Amino acid sequence: MAVVFERPKSLIDVPTHYCPGCTHGIVHRILAEVIDEMGIEGDTIGVCPVGCSVMAYDYFNCDMIEAAHGRAPAVATGVKRTNPDKFVFTYQGDGDLAAIGTAETVHVAARGENIVVIFINNTIYGMTGGQMAPTTLPGQVTQTTPFGRDPRLAGYPVRVSEMVATLSGTALAQRVAVDSIPHIRDAKKAIRKAFENQKAGKGLSLVEVLSTCPTNWGLTPVEAIKRLQDEMIPYYPLGVYKDVDEGVFPKEGGEE
Amino acid sequence: MERNLMKGNEALAEAAIRAGCKCFFGYPITPQTELAAYMAKRMHKAGGVFLQAESEIAAINMVLGAASTGVRAMTSSSSPGVSLKSEGVSYIAGSDLPAVIINVQRGGPGLGGIQPSQADYWQATKALGHGDFQLIVYAPASVQEMVDFVVKAFDSADKYRMPVMILADGLLGQMMEPVSFPEINPDAYDKSSWAANGHGFKREHHIINSLYLKPDELEKSVVDRYKKYDIIKETETDAELYLTEDCDILLCAFGATARVVKSAVNDARAQGIKAGLFRPKTLWPFPVKEINEAAKNAKVLLSVEMSMGQMVDDIKLAINCSKPVEFYGRTGGVIPTPVEVLEQIKKIGGTL
Repeated sequence: MAVVFERPKSLIDVPTHYCPGCTHGIVHRILAEVIDEMGIEGDTIGVCPVGCSVMAYDYFNCDMIEAAHGRAPAVATGVKRTNPDKFVFTYQGDGDLAAIGTAETVHVAARGENIVVIFINNTIYGMTGGQMAPTTLPGQVTQTTPFGRDPRLAGYPVRVSEMVATLSGTALAQRVAVDSIPHIRDAKKAIRKAFENQKAGKGLSLVEVLSTCPTNWGLTPVEAIKRLQDEMIPYYPLGVYKDVDEGVFPKEGGEE
Repeated sequence: MERNLMKGNEALAEAAIRAGCKCFFGYPITPQTELAAYMAKRMHKAGGVFLQAESEIAAINMVLGAASTGVRAMTSSSSPGVSLKSEGVSYIAGSDLPAVIINVQRGGPGLGGIQPSQADYWQATKALGHGDFQLIVYAPASVQEMVDFVVKAFDSADKYRMPVMILADGLLGQMMEPVSFPEINPDAYDKSSWAANGHGFKREHHIINSLYLKPDELEKSVVDRYKKYDIIKETETDAELYLTEDCDILLCAFGATARVVKSAVNDARAQGIKAGLFRPKTLWPFPVKEINEAAKNAKVLLSVEMSMGQMVDDIKLAINCSKPVEFYGRTGGVIPTPVEVLEQIKKIGGTL
């Protein structure tokens, strides 16, 4: 009988620690599918910093490095600069990438590091139990914005894809979501494109994935998907914010 | 052997390149700037990577990334910058990665000043980051020792899979002396059993990690690391003993200060005072056997430092408080003079 569906080879056959309804599982899967389809598991090094996905080293079959909070782009830079022929990705949450690691995010893009950054935006700190993230929406109730995020008190959310798209070293900045089958297919295509960019040496590719956190949002998985669609996508519009044809650097001998 | 006149900071960089350092990640700070500038000029030609990071924090994490793949990596800074690196150093220790960190010390606390200091002794030997861990700390006292200890630091880092620090100061970093470079074999250590550089479908995946959510597993990882530290304490201590055999007063000093103290010891001898010098070359592990040997006939010890006396406790512990330990120091970037130290020797000598 033909096999029509199976676990990606680059995912390890273990139960994950993620909460029911959390979309990390979907993103792990499509990322693993891309690695499998490109046949690059043996040449890939993943870097997962502090956050719910810090233990992704137990789930991915490629070599993995756990990084400090916000520092994955710097760690990945060290890996890639010494192993330019290998594939390197980071997998970061919103607090990690857009708060404590903002400098690392900006400069990994400014330098045009030839790596892939997978950015999970679920508008909340999941691992520590639901505090305000840099991407928490105005009015959103979290443990540290118990009356709803008031921008006058707690500032405005950061739109990462738009910001990273302004930097010259960025080859791809795209925001996707994993709330529906068509969107999941688009998300996988974006991740594939990011890795193809790395293969072609184009520069920094960032894929922002709008995700859910039913546990800390206090919603059922179904309600959480609906919140993503009704509240997050209008604030964080899906789409391609930057996509270069050629690499971000001029060809040898040329000038930008 | 060929000898070159080199500035301390540049000798550190050249020694690192010759020791097989394949990448340097740094951030500008006085008084170690020449080190990074030298790396920027030389590293590319040597087939390595020089990268100016966006911060000290990023620099140490780039070192972590490169070290994870089995490559010899290094960063350097000066006191305030080293404080920023402490998070990364703790992760490097917790992940059992080899790395070399250079601190060309300046006065503190806070922004402090840019003149030489030794006030990061506690930071280097006791608390360079959170958690139970140690670094091997080498304290050079000449430009030649800066070269020799950088080579040794890379070897020790690889051998024990841990971070190693060169604790220098602005005086050593800025001064010029003739140096020669030893023969080096940077590929003596096989890292293929743990390096995360892509498994190529030829082995299980490797994980570089410092996270253990189960307390008994974390405890075991720390206890295993401390077994390694016990071996290091037994085998890696190093010190210079100068005129200690018959000394009444044993002066204790490391780094640039030891040069000043050596002059004062010679002056004291010329005046008939039996002074000697104990100079630790490793600050961690502290040379306990060596200081007890040096102090066996001494009636009193005198620690001289460019700090408020951060080494005094280690001396007292090493000799089990069996003799009085006096202290003389200057801090904030002030360098003690041989005359000042001789005065202290005479003051204490007069009471013997």
